[in-house]
Amino acid sequence: MSDYLLLRHRQHPEIDTLEGYLKLGGFKTFKKIVDGKDPAGVIEEVKKSGLRGRGGAGFPTGVKWSFLPNDITPHYVVANADESEPGTFKDREIMEKNPFQFLEGLMIACFAVKASLGYVYLRGEFWQVAGNLEECINKLRKQGILGKDLFGSSFALDLHTHLGAGAYICGEESALLESMEGRLGQPRLRPPYPAVFGLFGKPTVINNVETLTNVPLIVEKGAEWYRKYGTEKSPGIKIFSLSGNVNKPGNYELPLGTTFQELIFTHGGGLKPGRKAKAILPGGASSIVIKATPKALDTPMDYESVAGLGSALGSASVIVVDDSVSMLWVTKKIIHFFQHESCGKCTPCREGTYWMDQILHHTKNNKLSIQDLELIRSVAEQIRNKCLCPLGEFSIMALVSSMEQFPEDFRS
Amino acid sequence: MPKQISLIIDNQPIKSLENTMIVDAAKRAGIDIPVFCYHPKMKSVGMCRLCLVEIGRPVIDRATGMPVCEQDGSPKIGFGTKLETACTTPVSEGMVVRTTSEKASAARKEILEFLLTSHPLDCPICDKGGECPLQNLTMRYGPAKSRFRLDDKKHLAKNVPLGELIYLDRERCIQCGRCVRFQSEVAGDPVIGFDQRGRSTQIITCSEPGFDSIFSGNTTDICPVGALTSADFRFGARPWELKSRESLCTHCPVGCNISIDIRREAKSDGEVVVKRILPRQNEAVNGIWICDKGRFGHHFADPHNRIPRPLVRKSNKLTPVSLETALDMIAKRLRRKGTRLVTLVGGRLSNEDLFNLKQLTQKAHGRAYLYGNMVGGELTCQVGLGLDTSLEDLKAGNVILVIASDLHEEAPLYWLRVKQAAERGATLIVLNGRETRLDNFATHVIHYRYGEEIHAITSILKGNDPVARTIKKAQGLVIFAGGDGLGPQTSGAVMSSAAQLLVSTGLAGKPGSGLVAVWKSANTQGAWEMGYQIPGNLDKTIRNADALIIAGADPLGDFPDLMDAFQSVKFLAVLELSMTPTVDLADVVIPVAAFTERSGSFTSAERRVQVFKPAVNPRLGVLPDHVLAAKLGKRLGIQLFENTPEIFTEIGKAHTVFKDMTYGSLSRFTDQWPVVGDRSKYFSGTVTANGLGVGARLPLTSSAKKIFIKSGTPLKYSSRKLWAVPISRLYDCGNTIRYSQLLEKRMIQYEVRLHPNTAAALGIQAGAVVLSLGKHNQPVACILEETVPEGFVLIPRSAGIPIYKISEAKLIMASGENQNMKDG
Repeated sequence: MSDYLLLRHRQHPEIDTLEGYLKLGGFKTFKKIVDGKDPAGVIEEVKKSGLRGRGGAGFPTGVKWSFLPNDITPHYVVANADESEPGTFKDREIMEKNPFQFLEGLMIACFAVKASLGYVYLRGEFWQVAGNLEECINKLRKQGILGKDLFGSSFALDLHTHLGAGAYICGEESALLESMEGRLGQPRLRPPYPAVFGLFGKPTVINNVETLTNVPLIVEKGAEWYRKYGTEKSPGIKIFSLSGNVNKPGNYELPLGTTFQELIFTHGGGLKPGRKAKAILPGGASSIVIKATPKALDTPMDYESVAGLGSALGSASVIVVDDSVSMLWVTKKIIHFFQHESCGKCTPCREGTYWMDQILHHTKNNKLSIQDLELIRSVAEQIRNKCLCPLGEFSIMALVSSMEQFPEDFRS
Repeated sequence: MPKQISLIIDNQPIKSLENTMIVDAAKRAGIDIPVFCYHPKMKSVGMCRLCLVEIGRPVIDRATGMPVCEQDGSPKIGFGTKLETACTTPVSEGMVVRTTSEKASAARKEILEFLLTSHPLDCPICDKGGECPLQNLTMRYGPAKSRFRLDDKKHLAKNVPLGELIYLDRERCIQCGRCVRFQSEVAGDPVIGFDQRGRSTQIITCSEPGFDSIFSGNTTDICPVGALTSADFRFGARPWELKSRESLCTHCPVGCNISIDIRREAKSDGEVVVKRILPRQNEAVNGIWICDKGRFGHHFADPHNRIPRPLVRKSNKLTPVSLETALDMIAKRLRRKGTRLVTLVGGRLSNEDLFNLKQLTQKAHGRAYLYGNMVGGELTCQVGLGLDTSLEDLKAGNVILVIASDLHEEAPLYWLRVKQAAERGATLIVLNGRETRLDNFATHVIHYRYGEEIHAITSILKGNDPVARTIKKAQGLVIFAGGDGLGPQTSGAVMSSAAQLLVSTGLAGKPGSGLVAVWKSANTQGAWEMGYQIPGNLDKTIRNADALIIAGADPLGDFPDLMDAFQSVKFLAVLELSMTPTVDLADVVIPVAAFTERSGSFTSAERRVQVFKPAVNPRLGVLPDHVLAAKLGKRLGIQLFENTPEIFTEIGKAHTVFKDMTYGSLSRFTDQWPVVGDRSKYFSGTVTANGLGVGARLPLTSSAKKIFIKSGTPLKYSSRKLWAVPISRLYDCGNTIRYSQLLEKRMIQYEVRLHPNTAAALGIQAGAVVLSLGKHNQPVACILEETVPEGFVLIPRSAGIPIYKISEAKLIMASGENQNMKDG
C-alpha cells in the first residue's frame, strides 16, 4: 500500500490538528461542493463510487442518501460511532487520529442530503473521543467552516456529539435513534425506515464513521479513481481490524478483496510459532465462524466472496482463533456477551440468550453433555428468525456455526 | 373511506379495512391469534413475538406487473422464509395468513417456552391465576414440560410497590410493556418506564408519590400476567371464586360501566362481599377503562362503614329502632296539618329514588329540591349532546370547548375522551381561571381572571380572534362546563352563556355538538331531567321548612354555617349511607342501600341513561331510597311503586324525554370493539364484557332558540384583597371516598394553594397557616405553586374547608409550630 487514504495520520501525524488537516488540503472538497450547490451531484458521485456501508451491513451509501424524501424536512445525518462489535476498533482510531477527515465526510453527507444538523453518536465509553471531537467541531465553528451562510452560500451546518450509555444495541440504527431521543436504547419496528421517519421523526441518514471518512476522497478524486481499489462489486479500501491469535493485531487499511492469507500472514505477522489458524470470525462476535482451511484463507475479503463462504464480512473485524483454543470457550464468551447486551425488548433474544448462557455455565472439563448440546442447539434454532432486530439473530451465529464445524470442541 | 381488503386467514375468506393489523382482522373474524404485548387500544410494538404467523402474498411477475397464477388458475402465493408478527403487519389484498400451520404453531410454543423460562410459575399463589393470559395460552399452546433447569432461574424481587396502589412482581413480568405504553399513550401520565436491559429489565416508577396516575389501576387489567396487582385486591380472592355483577360507577357524572366482583367468604361472616371493581366495556362511555377513584373508592359501601340500623332521637340521643317505627315517626310528622315539607336530595340518588321522593313530596304538598352548587341543568336538557353525538367520534373539524372545569379531577374519563379527541385532531379550547392538565392538549388556552368568566365566553361570541374564528368554522361544538372556581349563581351565568354560544353558532342540537355540565354527582343530570332545581337560597329554604327530609346529601358537613338554619327546623329526617354531620342532627335516620345493593338507573352528564343491578344483598331491613319513599307514601295514602322497572315506566309517563325508554331498551347492545371477555382476556385484559346494555341517550327537549344569559358577579379586585376560589379535586375527602383508606395518601384535606408571589405579598410561607373565610378561622397547610393565579387562594371542595363560592379570605402564619393539620 503506497498511501494511506483513511489512516492518513500514520503518514501525517499532524493531521489531527485543524492546521495540519487544512495544509493537506482538508475541507477544500467541502468548500467546493458547497460552492457548487449541487447536492444531487454529490449523491450521484458517491453512488457511482460503489461505496458500501462499513458498519457491517454493506448497504450502498449513495443509494441510502437518495432515499430521503424532499417534502419532509428537516433532514438529519447521524454518524454511527457506537463501535461496539467485539473485535472492531477502526472507528476509534479514525476519530482519535484523523478526526477532521471523518468530520468533513459527515459534513459532505449533510450537504448532500440537505441536512443542516449532523450528529456523531458515540458509545458511552468514548467520552474522551467525544470531547476531542467537540473541540474539533468548535475549531471548525471558529474557522467559519461550520456555521451559517457557509462560504457565502445560504447553506448552514452545525455538528454535535451525543454520548450513549454503553449499550451494544445502540449501534443498531433505530435503537441509536431512540437513545438519541432520550429513550431506552431499544430498536424500533421497521417500517418506517429512518430515511423517512428517523431522528425526531424526520428523514435521517445514519452512516458508519469509516464510511463517512471515505467520502471526502471520493468526492475530491472522483468515483472512477475510487473504483481502482477493491473489486467490481466491493470497490474501495477497507480498514480490517485484526485481532485474536496473531502476532501483530491492529488496524490494516487494505483494498477490499485482499485475502485472509495476506491480512493474517503478510500484514498481521502470522501466528505464534507452531500454531495453526483454526477458525476465523470475519466480522466480530456476530460472525458465522469460518473454518480456516487453505481454501478459506485464500478467499478474498470482499462482501461477495466472504458471503460465498457462508459467512459475512460485516465490519471486517477479523478475529483469528488458533488450534490451542477451544471453540466452546470462544462461543461461551460470545454468548455471554450477547446475553449481557440483549436489550430485552423481544422475547427470543432476551430469554434465549440468557438460557444459552446458563447452559454454557454447565460445561464440565470444557465440554458439554450430549443433552445440553442438543438443548443449546435447539434453543439457538428457536431464536433464529424470530427476533425483532438483527442483534438477536446474530447472537446464535458463532454458536451454531462452531458446533457444526468443530463438533469435537463441544462434545465430551 | 378506507378501502376494503380481501384476504384469507386459516382458509377463511375475510374482508377487512385497509391499515388493519392482521391480528385485529383475525379477531373480528373470530380467529384468535395469541398476543401479549399487543393491545387493541394501543400502538403495535411487536415485542413479545407471540403472534408470529406465516404470511403469504400474491407473487407478482416483475416484468409484467401481473400476478403469477398457479396451474389451476389461482393466484400463486409466495411465503417468506421468516414468520411475521401479525400485530405489526397490516392486511393486504390477496394475502394468505396461516396461524395454525406447523411452523406458526411451533413458533408460538417456542415463544411461550422462552417466556416461561424466566417465569416463576407461582400460579397457585398468584392473583392472576385463573384469568391469566400467560396461563391460559400456555395451557392451550405451550409446552407441557420445561426444558429449563429450575436452578438456573433468575430470582427477582416479588413485592415491589410502584406506589401504594400498584405492586410489581418482577419475576412474573414478561416485559410486554403494555403498562408502560398505557401510561404514556392512553393515560398521558408517563410515570412508569423500563429500567435496565435484557433479562434484568424492570418496570420502575419515576414519580413521587410512586405511580402517580389516576388511571393506574387499568394497568392491572391489561397486564397479561400477575406482575401488576392492586393493593386493594391482591391476595383477596381467586378469580374463580368471584361472581361478576354489572353496575355503574357513582363517583362522577360520566357513568362508567363497571362490574363488581363478589364472593361469599368466611372472613366476612359468610356474607357475600365486594372484592373488586373492574371496568365493564361500553365504548360510548368509558371504553374499557375506569379511573382509580372508581376502582378503589368503593369502600364507602362496605357494611362496617355504614349506619347499621334506623335511628330516632330519644332524649337528644340517636337510638336504634325498627324500620317500621322510624317510618311511622316520619309519616306521623308529615300527616300533621299544615306541615311545610321540604325534601332535599343529592345527585347520587338514582332516577327511581328521585322520582319517588319527588312524587311523595309533591303529593304531601311539599317542595323537593336538588342539593348542589352548580345550576343550569335545564339548559343541558335543551342543548345537551344530541342523539347522534358520541364523544368517541369527535375528531378533526370538531371543536371541544372546556369552560371552568378541571376534567382530570372532576370527570377523569371525560378528560381521557377529550384528550383522545384532541389527539385525533379535534380542536380543543380550554377556558379556566387557572392552569389545568388539559391545557397541554389544547389548541387554545384562555386563562381568564376569576369573576370575568362570563366576559371571556361572551367575547368569543363577539370577537374575531383565532378562538372566535375556530368556533365559527366548527362543524361541531361540544362544550363542557363545570363549576371550577364558581358558586351557583356564576355557574348559572356560565351555563347560560355557554348555551347561548351553541345557539348562536347554530350548532345546538346538531351532530357533534352539545353542552355537557360537569356535575359533581353521578345522577345530577337525572334530577334536572325530572324537574328538580337547586334552591336559590339554601339557608332560607331550610328555615322555611317544618319538616325536612334529606336523602343522599350532607349539607351540614359541607357548610357548617347552615347550623343555625338546621337548628330552626322542627323535624329532620335523613336517608343516608353513613354517619355525617347532617345525620348527627337528625330526628329520624334511615340507613339506605348502597349502589352495590340495589338496582336503578342513572342519567350521566351527557344524558345517557343506564341501568345498574344489585351486586350484593343489603343487610336485613336496609332498603333503597325509592322503596323507603314508597313505604312512606303508603302510610300517607300516596301510591308509589317499589320496583325499579315499574318506577321507570312511571318516569316515562311523567317526563316525556324518558317516554321511549324501558329497562329493556336500555339493555340493548351495539357492537363493541375491541372484543373483550373470557376467551379474549389475552387480547384486551380483564375488562368484562357488557351484559347489561349500553344505555341510551335522552332526546333533547324543545329546541332552544334564545337563551337568557344570566349575569355573573364580577369581583371587586384590589391588590390587597385575597380571593378564595373553590376548586375540585378527585381525591377529596368527601363521604364517598374517605372510607377508602388505600387512597388516603392521595386525598387532600385542609390544604390550600397559592402563588409564591401572593404568599410573599401576604408575608406568609409554605406550611402551617390560618385561613379566615367568612366567620371561620381554621388552620390549613399552605402549598406554594407557580401555576396558581396571583391574588387567589385555591381551596379544594369537600376537603375540610367549607367554601360555597368565590369569597374573600385572609391568610396568616400559624403562631404555633408543628400543628397537626390532619387533626385540625
